[in-house]
Amino acid sequence: MRWLLVKDVQILRRSPLLVSLLVLYPVAIALLIGLALSRGPERPRVAFLNQVPPGQSTISLGNENINAAKYASQLFQSIQPVRVRSRQEAIDAVNSGRALAALIIPSDITRKLSSGLEPGEVEVVYNGDAVKQSFVESTISSKLADANAALADKLKQVGLQDVDLLLNGGTFDLFGRSVPILGLRATRTIIAAELARLKPGSPERGALGRVDRFARLAVNNLDLSKQALATISQPVTVKRTLLHGRRTPLDAFAVAVAVTVSLMFVCVLLGAGMLALEREENAFARLVRGLVSRESLLAEKVCLSGGCAFAASLLMLVGIGAFVGLNWGRFGLWVAALAVGALAFAALGVAIGALAREVRAASLLGLLLTLPLAFLALVPSGAVAVGVYDAIRVISALFPFKPALQALDAALNDTRPGVGISLLHLAGLAVAFGTIARLSLRRFA
Amino acid sequence: MAVSTPPRAPAPLAAHHLTKRFGQRVALSDVSLDVRVGERLAVIGPNGAGKTTLLAILAGVLAADEGSVSRETRALGWVPQQPAVYSKLSVAENLRLFARLERVADPEAAVGRMLEQTGLRERADDELGRLSGGNRQRVNIAIGLLADPPVLLLDEPSSALDPRQRERLWELIEGQASAGTSIVFSTHIVGEAERYGDRVLVLADGELVFTGTPEDLHAQEPAAARDFEAAFVAFLRARGH
Repeated sequence: MRWLLVKDVQILRRSPLLVSLLVLYPVAIALLIGLALSRGPERPRVAFLNQVPPGQSTISLGNENINAAKYASQLFQSIQPVRVRSRQEAIDAVNSGRALAALIIPSDITRKLSSGLEPGEVEVVYNGDAVKQSFVESTISSKLADANAALADKLKQVGLQDVDLLLNGGTFDLFGRSVPILGLRATRTIIAAELARLKPGSPERGALGRVDRFARLAVNNLDLSKQALATISQPVTVKRTLLHGRRTPLDAFAVAVAVTVSLMFVCVLLGAGMLALEREENAFARLVRGLVSRESLLAEKVCLSGGCAFAASLLMLVGIGAFVGLNWGRFGLWVAALAVGALAFAALGVAIGALAREVRAASLLGLLLTLPLAFLALVPSGAVAVGVYDAIRVISALFPFKPALQALDAALNDTRPGVGISLLHLAGLAVAFGTIARLSLRRFA
Repeated sequence: MAVSTPPRAPAPLAAHHLTKRFGQRVALSDVSLDVRVGERLAVIGPNGAGKTTLLAILAGVLAADEGSVSRETRALGWVPQQPAVYSKLSVAENLRLFARLERVADPEAAVGRMLEQTGLRERADDELGRLSGGNRQRVNIAIGLLADPPVLLLDEPSSALDPRQRERLWELIEGQASAGTSIVFSTHIVGEAERYGDRVLVLADGELVFTGTPEDLHAQEPAAARDFEAAFVAFLRARGH
């Protein structure tokens, strides 16, 4: 087996283009996936037309003034605003592709909001393909929901102040004049004093008594209305509970995905290609007629592809570790996850090579099989129907990508299921694919 | 006075009642043969006659469905029809690799010997992929001879070679035979069987239809007395092949 390994290394050394492709292609794919997972999308360009006249962006609600410009600046944190001067210009910007959407704030929005009687309305104009449209729509909707929530909060505060004024009294500004408000509590006190002064059986006592009971009822219920107002402004709050292990930071998970993809490509393509090469060079029959057993030949290919992929992915992980905060105290587990993952991927690679029997066919089959499986394994639960997700889980469990990703994620981020279970899963898959490869070699020559 | 004849050396290779089927098709049917020491046995027949199947079974690459082969696999050198060599390795590296895999006692000496015999010493460091078909075939044969086997099996060794390359190839094989190596070769060039074969084995549709010297085969069809190929074709036609 040693001499076969030496021979394969010599062949690889004389195929720099192949080796470069085998290493650079998966590394490039892995880094792209990693970047896509770890970085948020670019801010969409949105044409923005504010038709509210200057100086009228303040919404007056009772004693409170709300500056609408503050909410616009929050929105601008999520979009790239393209300032336009008319509705037509906004639509032209969307039509020409200069902007993905247009957001038009009508001139009467502050008046409507200040009236407290009708909701304000903004106009959003979309264009572009379904993906971009969905993206910009969700961004704007999300930010408008934030603005709505913030406005609702302000409205709640204004409402609470008004309720407080009704209960406890104070002053109220009306057209620049300060109007004193007595308040229900003070009203009750005055009525109670008047009732005490009246003689028993006095005819005024009955009417004043009814007013006193109403005032007491109003005081008690308006106290409760403060809580009701608070609930209306934020009817649902989120309490976060994590069931399994600690939460994986997105960038650390992206590292696990990137390295696993790289490990998979190098192992599968190299294992499949180098085994198929033995047949393409007509050497297989010569080797297995007493020089090397079929099992040794498979073991050699697994060692070669697994070893190369292990070294490449470990280097990649160490390199990424220089930029992303990884727990170096778990280095031993990284090595274990990569080594057993490489073994399982290499076994899959030789099985593909034994089935395909030609280098090009083996490479194509390797790509066609592994790439969709990797994407399937990344589909989160809840993103598809339950039945489909169950099918995806079964398929993912039959191939090494998912357990290898889980093993590496657990090694890097201490997540569930633990490293041990995933390694056992991978070892089982390595045995299964090794058996498939051995059986396929029966018709290989 | 009693005249004692020298004891006949045991056949280094013998096959008994070999049958091989691929699905419903019978590739080889009840074929028996033996090869004597230093003998050159030519296996001829039309395309699809079962020549490659027979040699693959003798070499231990294929298993027969019925029958048996008496030989020690490692005592046989096998030269497949297509050169079984690594294009990215040099001539010397190919020879060295197979010498090590064959567990030859002194791999470097074996490599040097084969480079001399094949006349490829000056091309020793050239990659196989850059050599002509003839030279690749010489390396292919040299690998079969690395362990100095008593029997060498060659499957159509001269196919795809030009006449000059063929001549040089047969010089190499003849040299090996004259050193005592038994040679079993298949060929579809009937003239090679006549010229280089001590004995001819004719296969047709998987059946062994003739074993004997080229002259014996010639004698079967006297009408084609001056042309061995014509005699061979007439022989097959007379037997319905």
